[in-house]
Amino acid sequence: MDEFGKSLKVSYQLNLTTGVTPLSHAIYHLHMIIFWICIGIGIVVFSFLFYAIIYHRKSKGAKAAQFHTHFRLEMAWSIIPFIILALMAIPATKVLIQIRNTDKPDLTIKITGFQWKWKYEYLDSGIQFFSNTTTPFAQIHGSQPKDQDYLLTVDHPLVIPIHKKVRFLVTSNDVIHSWWVPDFGTKQDAIPGFIIEAWTRVNKPGTYHGRCAELCGMNHAYMPIVVEALTEKDFAAWVIQQKTGVAPPATSPAVISSEKNKALPVENKSETTSLASIMQKGQQIFNTTCAVCHQLTGEGLPPTFPALKGSPIATGPVEQHIHRVAFGKPGTAMQAFKDQLTDEEIAAVITYERNAWGNNKGDIVMPADVAAIKAKG
Amino acid sequence: MTQNHKSMLALISRWLFTTNHKDIGTLYLILSGIMFFIGGIMAMMIRIQLYRPGITFIDPNFYNQLVTLHGLIMIFGAIMPAFVGLANWMIPLMIGAPDMALPRLNNWSFWILPFAFLILLSTLFLPGAAPNFGWTMYTPLSTTYGPPSTDFLIAAIHLLGISSIIGAINIIATIINLRTPSMTYMKMPLFVWSWFITAFLLIIAMPVLAGVVTMMLFDRHFGTSFFNAAGGGDPVLYQHLFWFFGHPEVYIMILPGFGIISEIIPTFSRKKIFGYTFMVLAIASIAFLSFIVWAHHMFTTGMALSAQIIFMYTTMLIAVPTGVKVFNWVATLFRGAITFETPMLFAIAFVILFSIGGFSGLMLAVVPADYQYQDTYFVVAHFHYVLVTGALFSIMAAIYYWLPKWTGHYYNETLGQLHFWITVVAVNVTFFPMHFLGLAGMPRRIADYPLQYTDFNQIISIGAFVLGLAQIIFLYNIIRTIFYGKKATSRVWEGAQGLEWSIASPAPYHTFQT
Ligand SMILES: [Cu+2]
Repeated sequence: MDEFGKSLKVSYQLNLTTGVTPLSHAIYHLHMIIFWICIGIGIVVFSFLFYAIIYHRKSKGAKAAQFHTHFRLEMAWSIIPFIILALMAIPATKVLIQIRNTDKPDLTIKITGFQWKWKYEYLDSGIQFFSNTTTPFAQIHGSQPKDQDYLLTVDHPLVIPIHKKVRFLVTSNDVIHSWWVPDFGTKQDAIPGFIIEAWTRVNKPGTYHGRCAELCGMNHAYMPIVVEALTEKDFAAWVIQQKTGVAPPATSPAVISSEKNKALPVENKSETTSLASIMQKGQQIFNTTCAVCHQLTGEGLPPTFPALKGSPIATGPVEQHIHRVAFGKPGTAMQAFKDQLTDEEIAAVITYERNAWGNNKGDIVMPADVAAIKAKG
Repeated sequence: MTQNHKSMLALISRWLFTTNHKDIGTLYLILSGIMFFIGGIMAMMIRIQLYRPGITFIDPNFYNQLVTLHGLIMIFGAIMPAFVGLANWMIPLMIGAPDMALPRLNNWSFWILPFAFLILLSTLFLPGAAPNFGWTMYTPLSTTYGPPSTDFLIAAIHLLGISSIIGAINIIATIINLRTPSMTYMKMPLFVWSWFITAFLLIIAMPVLAGVVTMMLFDRHFGTSFFNAAGGGDPVLYQHLFWFFGHPEVYIMILPGFGIISEIIPTFSRKKIFGYTFMVLAIASIAFLSFIVWAHHMFTTGMALSAQIIFMYTTMLIAVPTGVKVFNWVATLFRGAITFETPMLFAIAFVILFSIGGFSGLMLAVVPADYQYQDTYFVVAHFHYVLVTGALFSIMAAIYYWLPKWTGHYYNETLGQLHFWITVVAVNVTFFPMHFLGLAGMPRRIADYPLQYTDFNQIISIGAFVLGLAQIIFLYNIIRTIFYGKKATSRVWEGAQGLEWSIASPAPYHTFQT
């Protein structure tokens, strides 16, 4: 058909997924029952309709009958659908009660929606990280061919064990989002200021995809969800690895611990002080974290997403700039990045913003400067 | 020169100050037509962007503005004014009244609308963005995070609300007071019945919308926190209030359509409507149920289990009176002497395709399944079947049906049939694959999508363009009918019954005067 989608297995998928959890299986069953009920009613009604259209045409010499009411018939077709629906309501109610039963979880994960990323916190083990889309700008804007997994990848997927009841506590930091993984049959709106429970129990190891399902602003399409379901053994290993920081593979999330806020190791010191290398690192962070709003050109999309190019913040006092990035601007899409990025990363991105797009301040912001302002609050 | 000037002024004041129900009906229908094409152009732009993945045509921020305005314009600008226009034209003719009961209010309720839509559409040209949070205006996206133009939207909604309420009061007053003496309530045509009940829905629902957008305005500017959790409010409260308006609104957009279809099917079947009493009762029960099902739009917000169960049951219950309507239309067709003029083709397509929208509605009522459908293209498919092949098809059927009465000319039947067949094919190519996309996991209101959804989106976009272009035939046929066309008889259609067919075609400027 064209350059996309040719070799995709799931192209032209017609029906709901059966999924990999008891809930998604139960939902699929209900979906098929109600579907066949509709088909059945449709066949009966449309048969009469088409029979009339074909055989009761004036052009075929049909003469109109005189009947125009039949009390018993009308009572019948009021009551019979009612009975069918009442029968349908019973299994639906049973499954619904199951969906809402979040008792006795083996593991609890808090999910927070942000414009436009997800944050996962493992309340039992203290692991926490953000999950961002990794689809490059160039692919979105068409200057680079799209990969087969376009808009399906994140930097840090949610990792859960199979055969365990995982409880999700879903909330939001800004606007309403909705955390949805079709294979789990789990969809829960993330509402700022409220925490709502959902749960899943995955049967099969694998990688599962979902998306934000509630319009949440400009980049609503760019909030993919990826969940890795691991065997219990692999999951335990993953937890240990996250907590100790031993040999984290390239794709695994940054460990959030005291280590996070340390300055760079000594051997890299000379490198970090050179403007060019900091700029390069800063640009990388800017492009993945900041450019969705402020744009690659730094020109933003005013007035909602202000320009950084020549802006009072990016060319004014450096302390204010650090404060804005660290603590955000409440009531806007500008979030507090103090817990999302390390001091070193914040320093690099601010250095970049103050020296890119003709801002030429010449400042080099050090992680210690960031730490100092964070400490002051 | 001055002569021209004077006749120009006369023309303007003729339409600006008119209190004649036929003039006002025409004005409503013209406004509806303009809005239909504006909203349609927005839909075409949306479909160009969705033709392929990536940001290929418009950026996501503008995409969200188009999605929002397309919804608002089609609901408040195209569908509702069309039904009010039909009510203005036809209710006095059908009940033998000389005019609407409150002619000056009638003038006002129309002339508010062009200004409301100027305000709404001006947001596209304001600095910053037009409203970009969907026609549902969920908080806090529309309050704390809403663009400055949101205040213009709120002002426009207030005007629309005032217009609707005045219009509804007028319709109720007309039906209660101006029926010809022999026309008892249970002898009223079903179109009149359907509007009688719809008008009550408007009077109950619109003030709730006005209230909720005012609360939004206060949250935005006056420091209240109705919908802001940080100040002790609740974003979900907004959704409860909005849908308490929004669900009756859905029926406001379909009940007059039921009325129209109940007029057209008997005419072209040459047979009385089957089960008149049940038809009236069904409309009344749908109207009543519409006030106790609103939370089915919010099943995934985390409301209490008991609330989910109750709203699931009430929602499923709506299928019963809706089913009665469909069964009775089929029974009316059965053993009739059917002909297939354009209004009848649209009416039959309505019965079939609206039923498909009803079926997906029944599926959406099943809460566990709704967890998978909610906020996906399955929902988009559902409400376009109900609103396009439902409400819009009934309006098109009505226009073809009554156009000879309004203009005194028959429309061109060949063009009408051509318009119907292209439309009915294109509408299914456009909206049916949306069911598949939704079931395969594509959320609604996204400007960009993974590659697996490309194929269906391309089919949908092509269908949408054919659907859009086919409406030019419709427009041409209407304009042509105003000036040319075979002279219409007063009965117009062989099987037509009712008072409106007893007067000349075109209907004289003043009718049923005593
Ligand atoms: Cu989101």
